[in-house]
Amino acid sequence: MTRALGLLDRPVVIAFGFIAILLILGGIYNKQFLSGFYLLQQLRVASFLGIIASGAMVVILLGHIDLSIPWVVTLGGLAATAVAGWLGPSWTALGVPIAVASGALVGLANGLGVAFLRIPSMVFTLGMNAVVQGMVIMYTGGNAPPDQATPILQWLAVRETFYVPHAVVVWALVGVLVIVALKRTPFGRYVYAAGNSERVTYLSGISTRIILIVAFVTSGTCSAFAGAMLAGYAGKAYQAMGDPYLLPAIAAVVLGGTSILGGRGNYLGTVAGVILITVLDSILSVMQISDAARQITYGAMIVVMMLVYGRDRRSEG
Amino acid sequence: MKGIQLWFARNNGALFALFLFVAMFAIYVIKNGVGLRIGLVTAVANKGVLLALVAMAQTFPILTSGLDLSVGSIFVLTNCIASIILSGPPWMVAAGTIAVLLSGLVCGAINGALVVYGRLQPIIATLATGAVYNGLALTIRPVPGGSVQPTFAAALTTQIFGAVPTTLVILLLVVLVVWVPFRLSLTGLGCYAIGSSESAAYMTGISVRRSRLAAYVFAGLLAATGGLLLTTMTLSGDASATSGGIYTLSSIAAVVIGGTSLMGGVGGAVGSIFGAFVLREVSDLLFVFDIQPLVQPFIQGLILLGAVSLGAIRVLRAHNRLEFLGVGR
Repeated sequence: MTRALGLLDRPVVIAFGFIAILLILGGIYNKQFLSGFYLLQQLRVASFLGIIASGAMVVILLGHIDLSIPWVVTLGGLAATAVAGWLGPSWTALGVPIAVASGALVGLANGLGVAFLRIPSMVFTLGMNAVVQGMVIMYTGGNAPPDQATPILQWLAVRETFYVPHAVVVWALVGVLVIVALKRTPFGRYVYAAGNSERVTYLSGISTRIILIVAFVTSGTCSAFAGAMLAGYAGKAYQAMGDPYLLPAIAAVVLGGTSILGGRGNYLGTVAGVILITVLDSILSVMQISDAARQITYGAMIVVMMLVYGRDRRSEG
Repeated sequence: MKGIQLWFARNNGALFALFLFVAMFAIYVIKNGVGLRIGLVTAVANKGVLLALVAMAQTFPILTSGLDLSVGSIFVLTNCIASIILSGPPWMVAAGTIAVLLSGLVCGAINGALVVYGRLQPIIATLATGAVYNGLALTIRPVPGGSVQPTFAAALTTQIFGAVPTTLVILLLVVLVVWVPFRLSLTGLGCYAIGSSESAAYMTGISVRRSRLAAYVFAGLLAATGGLLLTTMTLSGDASATSGGIYTLSSIAAVVIGGTSLMGGVGGAVGSIFGAFVLREVSDLLFVFDIQPLVQPFIQGLILLGAVSLGAIRVLRAHNRLEFLGVGR
């Protein structure tokens, strides 16, 4: 019981509260917002952002940030669909593993740069994003590889069993993996420790370099995997498909109570943040509010929520 | 002698960026083969000066070990505002110019207030306000368009006395009127102090709040100056969220190349100008060396990665591993 309460700390409760309020307000506007069908659809749409945010969260827990998410997502999507063209149609099953592996490789490069070269993650991952973008354009710009989603990708992202979208199940599996890794393994302890003070963690005899590398590999893997699923969901992969996911992913993690400085936060909060952003986006678009007003509402919402519970407790001095 | 050494040590990041830019520009001019014509210089200046202004804007918050993810959005928002009010008789253009700069100032003040009084993390606060400013820009200009008083626009985008690009003169003016006084003021010194150690700055009696607030206000003001110049170059307003995002991210890269530490407390806005020009010159070089268009983004990416890494690499300067693991908190 106490453990359950420990998971439900204040930001998580408030974030879920905001979701409930949003849904009730939406329900007053249109009853459809409270139907089980609508909610499951929202979870399906949220699952892609959820998987990306899972990786982003591990990096943010360390007090770092991964700005290479947009083009790693695109890389994952394009790699998963292009495999059929490069290796022949009988190899489409390899699409997802190859996409995930390519994302892991970019994550490894990020991790090496941050852990060994000690370049601030913000600029190193920013540079990696540009490099991956260049690589993707170089290999796909001229010869247009197959970009249609393979049946496997569609099965993962669009199909459902007994009304449960597979995408939601995949997100749940990723989520369980992250929760177990963070709460039940030494790695998770070290992530929180290094997020609080890498110096002290290092002096305690823990190789913080490995922790950093694993975190960035996790982020790259999650992004590329989500990219493959997005390709399945949209029916095809396309350039810059990951661009709209960077800021929502970071916002979701932070809205869920994870400190951007690292060391504090739990996964349920990230789940709440992801659902909150997805539901907000969906309600605003159903109400046919212009894109401009949506952006303003979106930004204002983040400010209000952060003012409610995201204030920096360490004041000056 | 000691003073000169200290000056070099303090500015080696900016000097490195300057050296890099001069080398790149020289190669470009030689390879281009048309000689050092004023038209060519103006084109390079106009292309670089927009990012230079946004990068200068970004420098202020970064010096306080903060960050402003909304500079690109303020740049775009002020561009849209300027595309509406920069027309009519001279007095209206003058009033419009002031209004554009003021609107940037207000955006910056909102950011600063959220960070200082709202006690939000700068990354999150400006991420959110950036979305709001983008939304406002879209409200003002749902589709690209607008008009600018043509003589005013022509005056700002050509040369003064046919010899010096006007944009460079404006940049110099910004440095002399905004940056140098700020750097010499107690408020500016306070920004450096906060970046080095906030608690020490507080204990010394520096008004941490005033300095930090000023950093974001100046960021808004300079981003608005960039938005104003953009309007005179494109003669229209365009509320594209992607271009705002690209400017924000490029500004961080330019600041780092210019020798300012993301940890705060080290560097300056002049280095960021050179950093911005280095970033902009890369595409010119790729052009004169006839690199295939499809390969260009990759090489640009590699150069960006290399440049920010060189600017930020800390292992070379550390005496032991503890030095870059940060202070325990």
